[in-house]
Amino acid sequence: MNRLSSGGRIDRSKPISFSFDGKQYQGYQGDTIASALLANGMRLIGRSWKYHRPRGSVGDGAEEPNALFQVEQGALTIPNVRGTQAQIYQGMVFNSTNAWPSVNFDVMSVFGAFSRFLPAGFYYKTFMWPKKFWMTYEHVIRQASGLGESPKQIDPDHYEKTNAHCDVLVVGAGPSGLMAALAAGRSGARVIIADEQEELGGRLLSSSASIESIGASVWAERAIDELRQMPEVTILPRATVFGYHDANFLTIAERLTDHLAVSDRKGARERVWRVRAKQVVLASGAHERPIVFANNDRPGVMLASAVSTYANRYAIKLADRAVVFTNNDGAYQTAIDLKKSGVSEVTLVDSRADGIILAEAVKATGVKVINGCAIVNVLGKAKVIAAEIRNISADGKSISGAIQRLDCDLVATSGGWNPAIHLFSQSGGKAAWNDEKSCFETGLVVQKQISVGAANASFSLADCLSEGAAAGIAAAQAAGFNATDISIPSSDQIEYTALEPLWRVPTEGLPSRTAKAFVDPQNDVAVSDIYLAAREGFESIEHVKRYTALGFGTDQGKMGNISGMAILSEALGNKISDTGTTTFRPNYTPVTFGAIAGPEIGSTLSDPVRKTAMHTWHQENGALFEDVGQWKRPWYFPHAHETLDQAVDRECLAVRNSVGIMDASTLGKIEISGKDSGDFLNMIYTNAWKKLGINCARYGFMLGEDGMVMDDGVTIRLDDNRYFMHTTTGGAASVMGWMELWLQTEWPELEVYLTSVTDHWATSAVAGPNSRKLVSSIIEGIDFDKDAFPFMASRQGTLAGLPVRVNRISFSGELCYEVNVNANHGRFVWEQLIAAGKPYDITPYGTETMHVLRAEKGYVIVGQDTDGSVTPIDLGMGWAVSKAKDFLGKRSLTRVDTARQDRKQLVGLLTEDPKQVLQEGAQIVNQPSEKIPLPMLGHVTSSYHSACAGRSIALALVKNGFQRQGETIYVTTTDGKFVAAKISSTVFIDPQGEKQNV
Amino acid sequence: MLIIECPYCGQRDESEFSYGGEAHNARPLEPDTVTDQQWADYVFCRANPKGLHREMWNHSAGCRRWFNAVRDTVTYKFKCVYKIGDPQPSLEQIEGPQ
Repeated sequence: MNRLSSGGRIDRSKPISFSFDGKQYQGYQGDTIASALLANGMRLIGRSWKYHRPRGSVGDGAEEPNALFQVEQGALTIPNVRGTQAQIYQGMVFNSTNAWPSVNFDVMSVFGAFSRFLPAGFYYKTFMWPKKFWMTYEHVIRQASGLGESPKQIDPDHYEKTNAHCDVLVVGAGPSGLMAALAAGRSGARVIIADEQEELGGRLLSSSASIESIGASVWAERAIDELRQMPEVTILPRATVFGYHDANFLTIAERLTDHLAVSDRKGARERVWRVRAKQVVLASGAHERPIVFANNDRPGVMLASAVSTYANRYAIKLADRAVVFTNNDGAYQTAIDLKKSGVSEVTLVDSRADGIILAEAVKATGVKVINGCAIVNVLGKAKVIAAEIRNISADGKSISGAIQRLDCDLVATSGGWNPAIHLFSQSGGKAAWNDEKSCFETGLVVQKQISVGAANASFSLADCLSEGAAAGIAAAQAAGFNATDISIPSSDQIEYTALEPLWRVPTEGLPSRTAKAFVDPQNDVAVSDIYLAAREGFESIEHVKRYTALGFGTDQGKMGNISGMAILSEALGNKISDTGTTTFRPNYTPVTFGAIAGPEIGSTLSDPVRKTAMHTWHQENGALFEDVGQWKRPWYFPHAHETLDQAVDRECLAVRNSVGIMDASTLGKIEISGKDSGDFLNMIYTNAWKKLGINCARYGFMLGEDGMVMDDGVTIRLDDNRYFMHTTTGGAASVMGWMELWLQTEWPELEVYLTSVTDHWATSAVAGPNSRKLVSSIIEGIDFDKDAFPFMASRQGTLAGLPVRVNRISFSGELCYEVNVNANHGRFVWEQLIAAGKPYDITPYGTETMHVLRAEKGYVIVGQDTDGSVTPIDLGMGWAVSKAKDFLGKRSLTRVDTARQDRKQLVGLLTEDPKQVLQEGAQIVNQPSEKIPLPMLGHVTSSYHSACAGRSIALALVKNGFQRQGETIYVTTTDGKFVAAKISSTVFIDPQGEKQNV
Repeated sequence: MLIIECPYCGQRDESEFSYGGEAHNARPLEPDTVTDQQWADYVFCRANPKGLHREMWNHSAGCRRWFNAVRDTVTYKFKCVYKIGDPQPSLEQIEGPQ
């Protein structure tokens, strides 16, 4: 164990055992996976995804690229958990990612030996030819690389969402965030402060500085205590603000149970907060960046700030001998922290020349300081054994002199800090390059927000505290609160020497000729890859990102991205400000699908399921269901062992020969009333309505203003100024919206009222030659005589005393009565009709049979036989289009293109082989032997086997189809063949319509 | 997610609204008398400006009323909303001094 006997923020009274790669280890309450493994002396914890090089932890937070684990197993498993941010708990089980068979012996590391031959873009260049092999290569590549494994079982957890409004949302609870929350909270403003860590405090938790003469972490505890006393302040630990959207709408993922032992978990696993904030204070801190040098990915090369964290917060003695390599003052404290944690030999290598203000203080603790040098290489493979240093020129452009070897088992590097401007950028803000501080910082602000502290490129503790306080006051005031000044706590004042930018240690010759120097370890992107991209002509950082994979992956380049941009600038000879950054997009860190989905998971997904009043009867009688929009509709009712085809044949024949019954309740129903409803319908539909008799029905087309069919259906005139419109099942809502649009915008003077009544009525369609006998046997008050109740008429009567409206309309070509009743009685009426139909062997049928029956008659289904480019004339239904009056879309029907005679037109198709059923969607050509590319004439829109016709039938849209009756065309099949078919009428059964006019 | 002011209900989340395209695209009173070009302008052609844009919105998951808005297509910001039939606000006034 490398654990110190005292100090740190771990609870030594609460030991925790956990299992890593099948072995048992022990840590303490307060440890993360990363700290617990380091305390156990585990350096090598994973393999890189491309070269399978050994890797260890580098950082201590969201920037960590390597320490990714598969946590737990089976349904609970979570892939790619960042070990630097996940707390350990009793009985935790996790494994390293991407190392087979083990981290210590990885058979895939053969890729590492060939890394010279696996440069950026290698997969694109090598495996794209021949094209058809790509699928094979891709399979192997994905096996060899990739990150964690996604769970294969259904997630047993549940998730919550909550909406919140606040005056001030503070993102991050480091020194500036805590000060902002205190300042705003004291004014009485509603404050939410969210921090991604287990504990609030940010870097204060690992800092050896003091505030108000007490330890920084103690000060943080007191500040949090004060916040807890404020009733209007909500404190969210383990809560990552992952998205910053328009109008100060931010999303927070709060992890509620992941830190608990599996057996202790209760309630929701995560909660997503959807917060609308009047003001936002971004105190999101900064990410340290490394200096890039050869073999800088060896386990034991870490960020200086992380080294301080592991020493101070987790009380770990990380090494016996350490080298700290820096270009700025921040890492001087790391050297001191290392000394304090018991590291006997600490050497600080500073690329800057002599004269660093802090040097004397560091030397006084026994640290050896070397100026004007840089690490050019690291020795060791699974573990650092030495660093090699050489002299570096003052401009950082060249190295010289002899190699000096520094034996060590830890290298801490710091190349400066990158403000975490991710959320700022997501909010629409523009990043700006700060030359003096050598980092991208916040530029143009577009939302109601203030960035403070390290997120604002103000890195000193004193600045963090004062900026936080000022922002908290300003935000509370802007939100309408009377916030007054608060005293700024005193902190150690340290005089600093300026940073000298050093992104990578220069090499002699091309970067590709030396050992790999990694910029983005998670994606195995090295300096040589960026230089290669530049040499091959990539100039935009967005293109280089995609060519090299820089900044992809679960860390999204939090550690390496900015360095990569700077190195690209160097390769291109540009300024960094000209190269710019890639786009920062949500999510800040990965968010589970469960959290995003929230409670709307399971078989219903997020879409409501609509069921008709007869749904339970359908279930009890073996129906299989089809989704039509949100509706569950019976698809067919198979008898035992029947296939779909057999059931549909039986159902079709029953309707044509005796009687069938179908649940038609899902059709959209809209009641239209008001004195101008007739005029309104005249505009909405292609045909004329004002002369329609009361209790009469008419079929109508609805067109868009472009003249194309939008919806169709039968509308019944109930009274002088009252109509009952049917729409397609899927079109009900959009038709309602369409009519509202016209009434509100173009014709507000019309007095028309629209009421959606789809759910109010249950509709049973009784179809077939015996339907009249059936309905007249149980419905009273209606004369069912063929002349007294003709086709396209509507009557009211009673069934078992219940009022019913019966419409004699037909979508099957058979004599048919649609019986409508208050939906509450839907199942009862359906069962009464079934019972009355027993003598005729009444057969329930579903949508599949309905489709066949209507296709046999050439009746179209809008959205199947039409696709938004089809006019009523194209469908051969010009009879439904009035010439006498205006209607929506009418003028478009005479446009040059729409009036063309050779448009794609709806025709029937009869295959030469009557058994061959064409595939819906199949393309149609004239003659397959013609020169390719063959002109496409159209496609098959509907195709079935028709038991009644005794053969296959199809509908198709074919160019100039009306003029080509009787001609033979060819239809493609998915196995690359062509099927000959003859163009025919769209009506395959009963062309005179005699069956429905009896 | 934007906050949009419905002239009838007040401020609501963007997810309650649906977009209706460019506003003030009046339907020709006598469609039969217009040329193909004029009709195509009405049916298909839209201004698609960069900057201020008068457009229709529907409070579709609320009161279901249509209204007009002036919105900046660069920043997405709603500059003002007004009821159908109300006079169009002048874009110059909305733009104001930059």
